[in-house]
Amino acid sequence: MSILADENTRVVVLGITGGEGTFHATRMLEYGTKVVAGMTPGKGGQKHLGVPVFNTVADAVKETGADAAAIFVPPFAAADAIMEAAEAGVGLVVCITEGIPTFDMIKVKTFLHGKPVSLIGPNTPGIISPGKCKIGIMPGPIHKAGTIGIISRSGTLTYEAVQQTSKQGYGQSTAVGIGGDPIVGLKYIELLKLFKNDKDTEAVILIGEIGGTAEDEAAAYIKKEFPKPVVGFIAGQTAPPGRRMGHAGAIIAGGKGTAQEKMDALRAGGVHVAVSPADIGATLKAALKSVTVT
Amino acid sequence: MKIHEFQAKSILARFGVRIPRGEVATTPAEARAIAEKIGSRVVVKAQIHAGGRGKGGGVKLAANPAEAEKLAKAMLGMTLVTHQTGPEGKVVKRVLIEEALDIARELYLGIVIDRAREAAVIMASTEGGVEIEKVAAETPDLIFKEYVDPGTGFAAFQARRLAFKLGLSGETFKQAVKFLAALYKAFEATDASLAEINPLLITRGGDVLALDAKMNFDDNALARHPDILAMRDLGEESPLEVEASKFNLNYIKLDGNVGCMVNGAGLAMATMDIIKYAGGMPANFLDVGGGVTEEAVTNAFKILVADKDVKGALINIFGGIVRCDMIASGVIKAARELGTKIPVVIRLEGTNVELGKKLLAESGLDFHSADGMRDAAEKIVMLVNR
Repeated sequence: MSILADENTRVVVLGITGGEGTFHATRMLEYGTKVVAGMTPGKGGQKHLGVPVFNTVADAVKETGADAAAIFVPPFAAADAIMEAAEAGVGLVVCITEGIPTFDMIKVKTFLHGKPVSLIGPNTPGIISPGKCKIGIMPGPIHKAGTIGIISRSGTLTYEAVQQTSKQGYGQSTAVGIGGDPIVGLKYIELLKLFKNDKDTEAVILIGEIGGTAEDEAAAYIKKEFPKPVVGFIAGQTAPPGRRMGHAGAIIAGGKGTAQEKMDALRAGGVHVAVSPADIGATLKAALKSVTVT
Repeated sequence: MKIHEFQAKSILARFGVRIPRGEVATTPAEARAIAEKIGSRVVVKAQIHAGGRGKGGGVKLAANPAEAEKLAKAMLGMTLVTHQTGPEGKVVKRVLIEEALDIARELYLGIVIDRAREAAVIMASTEGGVEIEKVAAETPDLIFKEYVDPGTGFAAFQARRLAFKLGLSGETFKQAVKFLAALYKAFEATDASLAEINPLLITRGGDVLALDAKMNFDDNALARHPDILAMRDLGEESPLEVEASKFNLNYIKLDGNVGCMVNGAGLAMATMDIIKYAGGMPANFLDVGGGVTEEAVTNAFKILVADKDVKGALINIFGGIVRCDMIASGVIKAARELGTKIPVVIRLEGTNVELGKKLLAESGLDFHSADGMRDAAEKIVMLVNR
């Protein structure tokens, strides 16, 4: 099994006729994702990459039964795109776009409140359930179907974790990038709840970074309610305070959100913390062994 | 993005936040002229992008225009060191000349985005003039908070509640409520990430003014605020960081001697971390990003080695959208042009990795290839310490 996306997920790509949209929709189709529609206002009625293009997401949903949206539109248009997709009734919105203003996302989150939709991102590589569905920009071939769930705030660091788990002989049930921005859709806890109920997920790797308190909240949840082994890594142990480290969300502000603080919180929550990024796979192996023994 | 105090005050004044009378000067003569115009005692304030200016000698009181000129002369061109500038300090290029006001009370106001609550939070405290982090750690009860509902905005009753908690009454209370509303309006309208008034001044006459002001802005929103973007002061940023920003590279100078170049912010931070575990210290954070071109890679490498502290470079690429062969060509081109002598360790993984490795091997340049992050970090630290 997997969470949020599987072989039955039907995807509409917002911004499919743009450069980024074209490139990544092509890769998604090659991977086997059911990309059933595209959406670019004013280009409705055309075909692009062999997929019908619609003027609105609602039309795409009505005509093709799309139930997930992938967003590849420019930053200042992205908040609107997320809201349109949510309003059209898709259950999953994956927003790849990087550089959306924080206030736009605050308004989006208020708009989404109470609606039956899960938002992944923005500023995320997306979500992949290996062998079934890829909605995003991650390289498909490094993934392998398996039993490890991955939740991460980073892109390429997730690939590193994916590769290390594959090298240790494990594959992934679903890998989700929650996004590197201060305000994002689903965070660790919502995803941990889904992995908790996914019978085929045996353990979870949680990759965090400096800034905010999402990892601390996840640690408290894990301690209380999450029965499966969790391996954690926090990037930015050497990052200076007050500087934004690439991601808008990765900043130690007012002495809060340091890597040390987060690692301590995770350990207190019973998480197996890999101190070095090279040890994520090995830590996972050790964590799973200790479960089998006891 | 950060701006100067005088710039923050000019923005706030536009939204109706009350500020002391004053102007900015770049020469002692200008300082004198402004002081004459104000016609009373003035404060001469050094304009740099760092707090703690008062303790470092960057804020001084002048009894008359002649003294203002003298103080400005001493301050302009001086290197001001505060707890926020680092030991190298910052050169003062401008001073703000402001009317000196009598002080009855010093309070604190600040607005930031609360990530967990996904809303702006307005913080007020009776403990003005000191660092708010210190108040938060020692006496959190003295910080009052109001969260802004994104749908309805900052409500008047919330502003009143804060003003009451600050112990204000009468005309001062009314002014404070107006001040709070104007401050929030400025924060939201400019896509700020921080607006801080510390101290918020209550004069003996009961007036409410921003004695100091600090604003930072959401980098992602700057393109829709050209007036604020124009306030960027490149002189306050490190020259290499300015150069990197021209190529859309995320570069931050750090204290170590191992330069690193990585794709992706998380992996870049993790690479810095693993350099430290291998016994070295990273010289920088450098994320070339996902949409990087060969030209940008060449420039990234040049910026990396232009840092005189760099004794070796580690390139760590996990190709997804970024192709390893493109990275390899960019690095080869830069290394050839520069005739680089420092050791370079390259770890490539992902899209087109074999092609990338082949290009490096055939380049005839002295690159060290690595297998995995740990191997890469250990190799470069060994080479740098040799």
